[in-house]
Amino acid sequence: MSSYPPSVPPQTTPQTTPLRQRLADLRGPAVPPRPLDARALAALAANPGCGRRALLDGAGVDKTALATALGSPSAFGQSQFAIVRGNSFEAKVKGDGGAELLRLVHEHLGAGAEPPGAAALVPDLTAAGPQGRAARTALALREATSAGAWTLLDHPMLALEVAGSPAYLEPDAVVVHPDGRWTVVEIKSFPMIDGGADPAKVGAAARQAAVYVLALENTAGKLPGAAVGHEVLLVCPKDFSNLPTAAPVDVRRERSVTRRQLERLTRVEELAALLPEDLCFDPARPAEELDRAVSAVPAAYAPECLAACELAFHCRQRARAADEVGALGRSLRAELGGLGTVGEALAAAAGAGPAEDPTAAALRQAARLRAEALALAPARTPSEDSACPC
Amino acid sequence: MPLLNTLARLEAVRSGRARPLATVRHRHLSGRPLVLVPLTTSGEAGAPLGALVGTDRHDPCLLVIPQPRDRDLRWEFLAELARQVMPYIDAYADDVEPAERTETDPETGKRVKVETELCVDAPQLIVPSRAGVEYVRLLGRSMRFRRTAEEDPENPYPVPTQVPLLGRWFTHLAERSRVPGSALLLSATELLARHWATGQSSVEDQHLGALLAWIAPPGGENGPGTGAEAALRAELARDRDGQLLVPPAGPATDPAFDNKLLAPAMARYDAARAADDRDAADRAGRTLRELVEGQLRPTWDAVWRSLDLLRALPAGERTGERWTRDRWSYTAHRDRVRAGEPPQPRRDDAVTAAQKLATRETEQVRLDAQEALDDPLVMAGRRLAGEAFAGEVTEVVMEWSESARPRPRPLVTVVTEDRPQLADGAAAKVFRSLDGRPQAAEFVRFEGAGGIVLRLLDKMGSGREPAPGTVPEKGDRLCWTLFEHDARGGPKLPDPEQTPWTHGGPPGSATAALPLPDPVTDGDIL
Ligand code: SF4
Repeated sequence: MSSYPPSVPPQTTPQTTPLRQRLADLRGPAVPPRPLDARALAALAANPGCGRRALLDGAGVDKTALATALGSPSAFGQSQFAIVRGNSFEAKVKGDGGAELLRLVHEHLGAGAEPPGAAALVPDLTAAGPQGRAARTALALREATSAGAWTLLDHPMLALEVAGSPAYLEPDAVVVHPDGRWTVVEIKSFPMIDGGADPAKVGAAARQAAVYVLALENTAGKLPGAAVGHEVLLVCPKDFSNLPTAAPVDVRRERSVTRRQLERLTRVEELAALLPEDLCFDPARPAEELDRAVSAVPAAYAPECLAACELAFHCRQRARAADEVGALGRSLRAELGGLGTVGEALAAAAGAGPAEDPTAAALRQAARLRAEALALAPARTPSEDSACPC
Repeated sequence: MPLLNTLARLEAVRSGRARPLATVRHRHLSGRPLVLVPLTTSGEAGAPLGALVGTDRHDPCLLVIPQPRDRDLRWEFLAELARQVMPYIDAYADDVEPAERTETDPETGKRVKVETELCVDAPQLIVPSRAGVEYVRLLGRSMRFRRTAEEDPENPYPVPTQVPLLGRWFTHLAERSRVPGSALLLSATELLARHWATGQSSVEDQHLGALLAWIAPPGGENGPGTGAEAALRAELARDRDGQLLVPPAGPATDPAFDNKLLAPAMARYDAARAADDRDAADRAGRTLRELVEGQLRPTWDAVWRSLDLLRALPAGERTGERWTRDRWSYTAHRDRVRAGEPPQPRRDDAVTAAQKLATRETEQVRLDAQEALDDPLVMAGRRLAGEAFAGEVTEVVMEWSESARPRPRPLVTVVTEDRPQLADGAAAKVFRSLDGRPQAAEFVRFEGAGGIVLRLLDKMGSGREPAPGTVPEKGDRLCWTLFEHDARGGPKLPDPEQTPWTHGGPPGSATAALPLPDPVTDGDIL
């Protein structure tokens, strides 16, 4: 794993303040924490090796604002067309008291239960504030489980403790089965054409749903008779229509990856302990100061960050400036083994690499063959084409 | 990524310019390709926003849907697209040459030669990026089950004949594009990335503007900045209104374009239509056309510039042979359409799917071999992997086979710096290209420093003495491969799944009922 040379020498300071306070200081005293949502939590799994992201997310730093303050604004934006489409599709799926949605859950994950009828419950979950809504949701889950009836929770609020602070998560829907099973429902507006959907989008939906599954498991663990299904239901428009269709998605793998990641987030404490006492990521601070602060936290930039992290353009710029081979891709970095910078790798190719290093030897061989082939190429005429190309 | 390509990327980082990954062009390029640059509406599958299409780089046809959520406008767009594309695809159908094909006789089960015809050329569709290829597939799927008034007089939404036809052709092209080395449907980014390594990752290489900037930075060789800087500008630079200077190559648009420019213009168009104000609607429609064209045009030009760059490379010798396979593929689909076969099914049956997979694997092996034989730089990669070796002949000893009619079996010693995956005591065959045909030799033993002793096995004529020029001489530089040069016997046969139904057809085709069109529902306001 590569990391940025901290421009401020890391010094171990005795941890005088409790973690919460320390994270608040890192965020900036006047800055409210940015709550983590499922998308952010799922994205953590996209770059598990990155301490920078873990710390910033754990401290509730608004990475979008930070990236802008650093002069490398993130490019994540959503088209209003996509938003309108997403909302109208979700409304359609949940219309009519959720009858269609419940029918889909029963059809795909019903496990032989009675089909949901007019008696299905759709409890009112409104309450003040995320805490209130989470409490209301927990109550509704308990009631629905003991009622033993099909229940649709529309936009419930789930709480999940992440690095010592609660994160509030809002799945599209959770359905409680008569047998006490809870199923997470993800409603997406990308189409399922002839039963198949874009694997990248399905993967992202599965990672997000896995976060909800984890959050629900905390609640279910305290409730006898309750269990959280590891198959979630993905609901999408069918083919080119606006009609819903669904497919169960097994999220066991995503669930365990995310859980490991979340457990690792406790590292935030260790990471924070390594940083200078006065470090602060308040976006209101001057860019150079923020740059120094960000550089003090080791990162692990990879091109995958571009699709997953608001700081990607900043980290990419730093990785490139530091000549890191990781900026060219994970597989390429793995291939180069111990040669972490472009300079080192090119030196090895030129014959100045560490002796005994098999990667350096292979690079030297590659450079010889490449030079030989390139020198040969322009001299070739069409008549020679049928002869040996070497 | 092979280490040789990794090295090229590292060199590109250092020099700020792309570095070659090939010394010849490894795909056939038509003299008259059809370029298609589509744009789609965010979040709405199969709701195109517009397209530039045509064979003349200076005169593309612009198609714009002022309100993609309007089903009628969408269908008009598809009908117009079909009017533009189908004549191009059909133009190759009637120019044929006689050809032979091996088939299994349905009665005797024997392999027999059949006289048939082969189109002398085929259409070639070029889109900007991989996502464009997938979009062609999507459009094909959305059109091929549509019914015309003739097919279904009861259908309340009949389409012109060309629409389902285009759907079938787009489906065929998209399917063919999954065959390694095929060239009926290609994307500019994949073509460029095959031939040049940039100093960025393959993720960033999917951005056509950035990729081109590395290869041919604006201002040319002596231009002001490096390719790296130009790539960054192409990727990120925005004007004062927050619009990208180089719009994305699509089919997805930039959210800032959608939100700040497109949405307000569409709202004006909708309002004018709601108020029945023809003039205002026309004005709003024109604005929308200009907006969409502004997004499409830079990509259109970039695709043509990519083709210029690729045309500057000499064609690899075996690209022609692969193009012949594409011509077979085109001809076979032409036959299926003409024979009145139903459109491709929604999902392949198991046998067809397995066959397609097998074809792709075979073609990958063939492509890998052919590219290496056509291009010393690709061969260098195989040599690095120990799958080939090159060196100088230091000794030739004549020997003969022990039989009633002795045949030449000379021993050839080659000295090389390469490290082929050969081992003493393990039998192995190696091949070299002799006038374009493979000559085989068997590995005998290692000898001295870098010496490899081989015994030639064939292509030396029928006499006791080898035909002139068939045995290498001392001092010759030769390249031997551990892989075979041709993946299969007959090099110019159609692929199994392209067997026309009149000749047995692809499995299941005879029994398939006419697939139903997608239901048109009130809900499909996309
Ligand atoms: S962009 Fe930077 S902070 Fe974000 S995950 Fe990647 S390396 Fe970490």
